Amino acid sequence: MRHIISLLVENEAGALSRISGLFSARGYNIESLTVATTEDQTLSRMTIITTGSDRIIEQITKQLNKLVDVVKLQDFTEGNFIEREMMFVKVKAEGEAERSEVNRLSEIFRARIIDVTDTTFCIELTGSGDKLDAYISALHENSILEVVRSGSMGILRGEKALTI
Amino acid sequence: MELSGSEILIQFLKDEGVKHIFGYPGGAVLHIYDALQKQDDVEHILVRHEQGATHAADGYARATGKPGVCLVTSGPGATNAVTGIATAYLDSIPLVVITGQVPSHAIGSDAFQEVDAVGITRACVKHNFLVKDLNKLTETLKKAFYVATTGRPGPVVVDIPKDITAPHIKIPYEYPEKIKMRSYNPNLKGHPRQIKRAVELMLGAKRPMFYTGGGIVMGEASAELRTLVRKLGYPITQTLMGLGAFPGTDPQFIGMLGMHGTYEANMAMHECDVLICIGARFDDRITGVPSKFCPYAQIIHVDIDPSSISKIVNADIPIVGSARQVLTEMLKALEKTGMEPDRNVLDTWWKTIKAWQQQESFAYDQGPDVIQPQTAVEELYKVTNGDAYVTSDVGQHQMYAAQFYPFDEPRRWINSGGLGTMGFGLPAAMGVKLAFPDKDVACVTGEGSIQMCIQELSTCLQYNLPVKIINLNNRYLGMVRQWQEFFYEKRYSHVYMDSLPDFVKLAEAYGHVGIRVDKPADLHDAMVEAFKLKDRTVFLDIMTDQEANVYPMISSGKAHNEMDISPLQQKIQATLKASGELV
Ligand SMILES: Cc1cc2nc3c(=O)[nH]c(=O)nc-3n(C[C@H](O)[C@H](O)[C@H](O)COP(=O)(O)OP(=O)(O)OC[C@H]3O[C@@H](n4cnc5c(N)ncnc54)[C@H](O)[C@@H]3O)c2cc1C
Ligand SMILES: Cc1ncc(C[n+]2csc(CCOP(=O)(O)OP(=O)(O)O)c2C)c(N)n1
Ligand SMILES: [Mg+2]
Repeated sequence: MRHIISLLVENEAGALSRISGLFSARGYNIESLTVATTEDQTLSRMTIITTGSDRIIEQITKQLNKLVDVVKLQDFTEGNFIEREMMFVKVKAEGEAERSEVNRLSEIFRARIIDVTDTTFCIELTGSGDKLDAYISALHENSILEVVRSGSMGILRGEKALTI
Repeated sequence: MELSGSEILIQFLKDEGVKHIFGYPGGAVLHIYDALQKQDDVEHILVRHEQGATHAADGYARATGKPGVCLVTSGPGATNAVTGIATAYLDSIPLVVITGQVPSHAIGSDAFQEVDAVGITRACVKHNFLVKDLNKLTETLKKAFYVATTGRPGPVVVDIPKDITAPHIKIPYEYPEKIKMRSYNPNLKGHPRQIKRAVELMLGAKRPMFYTGGGIVMGEASAELRTLVRKLGYPITQTLMGLGAFPGTDPQFIGMLGMHGTYEANMAMHECDVLICIGARFDDRITGVPSKFCPYAQIIHVDIDPSSISKIVNADIPIVGSARQVLTEMLKALEKTGMEPDRNVLDTWWKTIKAWQQQESFAYDQGPDVIQPQTAVEELYKVTNGDAYVTSDVGQHQMYAAQFYPFDEPRRWINSGGLGTMGFGLPAAMGVKLAFPDKDVACVTGEGSIQMCIQELSTCLQYNLPVKIINLNNRYLGMVRQWQEFFYEKRYSHVYMDSLPDFVKLAEAYGHVGIRVDKPADLHDAMVEAFKLKDRTVFLDIMTDQEANVYPMISSGKAHNEMDISPLQQKIQATLKASGELV
């Protein structure tokens, strides 16, 4: 099953490689991993999307917790949380028809066009992974020049928060 | 007090109570070696290979319970240390390994003797640090010792660039008595309700079984374990890493379990209905196929590391905590119930176990001509009154030592279980002897293993570390040969140790005493002689039966009740059956 695990990690060189190294050394799946510092410069917040049986997920959380750099960890999967991912898509759009089609699609998906040239659009879209997938499949396959996805981030709803 | 980085390192070691370090110099640690030379609070032992330094520090740690400390240079110094670091990691041994690094400005430039020591060791340390700022050195060292020695112990590497240790840059130093880390707080106290449930389950058991391991030794919980096991009167088995925590000569101890454990311990594991596991980690040499493991048992599992619990085998009552604290709480909880196990039920269980014991799974035939390896270990036991520190290498000789030298105290039996590192025995013995100069220290080894770190014989001479090397010389990589005999139709591929050195002459060349023993009749006198030479390192080269095998053996895919037993045990079994004593 797919799990979304959120971590607070010491903002130390090497912390990221310890975590990614753990997944490769123990053969765990990793779908995506996002990381950046928080309002507290000494802490990084990380979101990991992984899949595995209950037993494997239990080991993953235990092994992550065991890393000396990991301050706190929560598996959001069972709880009430929000998950979002951001994507940039660059498309080729030359003719009038093509350009208005891209515009129309972006409106439907509430995407933003963030860069325009005579021949291309760059579009920014935020949403669940499914939504991003749907947007990509709605685009004309040959028109896509490149796709950049951030990987998912997660946060708990309401007053609950993952803090130290 | 204003000190340079090198002086801080040494002053810190002194303040931390470190008396000995094992190391080998080189460019990146020259400043540190210069500072070492100017003091005599911390004694440095110059090994002959960095692997030897890590194993010696490891042996020291296993015997004393204190962290072992090593100092090696960058590049090849660090890579040579990796095997020893991994050995300590797999057996959860507290080590602090200081590696020199190229100067900060040169890091990442493929500088002379540069390797990414933090990167290389990441997968085999509990934690590691690269010191980037002299002002962080003291705190980092404190963290290193704290992390290495608390919770589930393990090796920690501290990589120090050369500029950090420069003699002319001095900063204030103060020894930090305490350290707090928000990201690292091992939990020691078991959950009271789980402990209560565990005690109730234990008391109701019909066929209970204790299964304990290295966690009792590392966790200094031997006394508490003895009290609880004796109070309940239950049988106990211990892993290779746990031997000695509960006395090996106590009748409640029914031998080691697992691949080369006793028949009775493995049968009892298979048949038990409540398994009380404390400080052991269900290694595959114990469980075999997890699906066939302890099919009738409800399992209580106490471990300080949550990730050990339900990793291989699901625990019915998981308890995270230190063995000592949890055992203490269990004893209290037991007292509180005012109950005792049902003695009649327990007697029936013991009768079953005794019937298994009658088959003598370790039986062997010592004829008049060829020395059996078991005999050599039994002789060692007699001559040392069962009171020696025994280290071993890896192979058949390691199993014979574990089977035939019953240890009555923890920390006496010192071997590489998890990584199974050939070459461990001799340097480990040096570390032990350094810690306990007045005790007998023996290294039980094989002609294959001893050659992997034989250079340390030179260190033994330099520092007067008179250990006794008991070389069970079967002219084979015996353990591998045994597998080839059993599973590859005796196709002995590259296991014959041809062109062996004359170990007697070799020992003499290193300035030690060498004694070769060929005949069973000469074994006793040779052993006595070796231990009589108190201040000499003695190499006993004992010619043993070339094709002796270690029994019992659980082959892969087999359950605990499907052991391969020795031809001799088969005979005993048949006789017992014929006489109606065995049903
Ligand atoms: C050739 C060869 C053959 C072998 N055959 C066998 C065999 O037949 N039988 C056998 O038993 N082994 C055998 N081994 C060893 C085996 O590979 C494992 O190393 C061993 O079984 C592990 O022992 P353990 O479970 O006690 O774990 P250890 O590696 O000693 O781990 C200790 C456990 O205790 C925990 N712990 C640490 N400190 C504490 C504390 N304070 N409180 C509570 N818990 C704590 C740790 O988290 C860990 O889970 C063999 C090895 C070799 C090389
Ligand atoms: C460094 C290392 N290389 C290889 C092995 C695999 N191995 C395990 S036991 C063994 C044979 C050991 O031979 P010896 O030391 O003569 O002991 P014996 O089994 O004959 O008693 C080997 C090669 C190992 N454990 N460690
Ligand atoms: Mg051999």
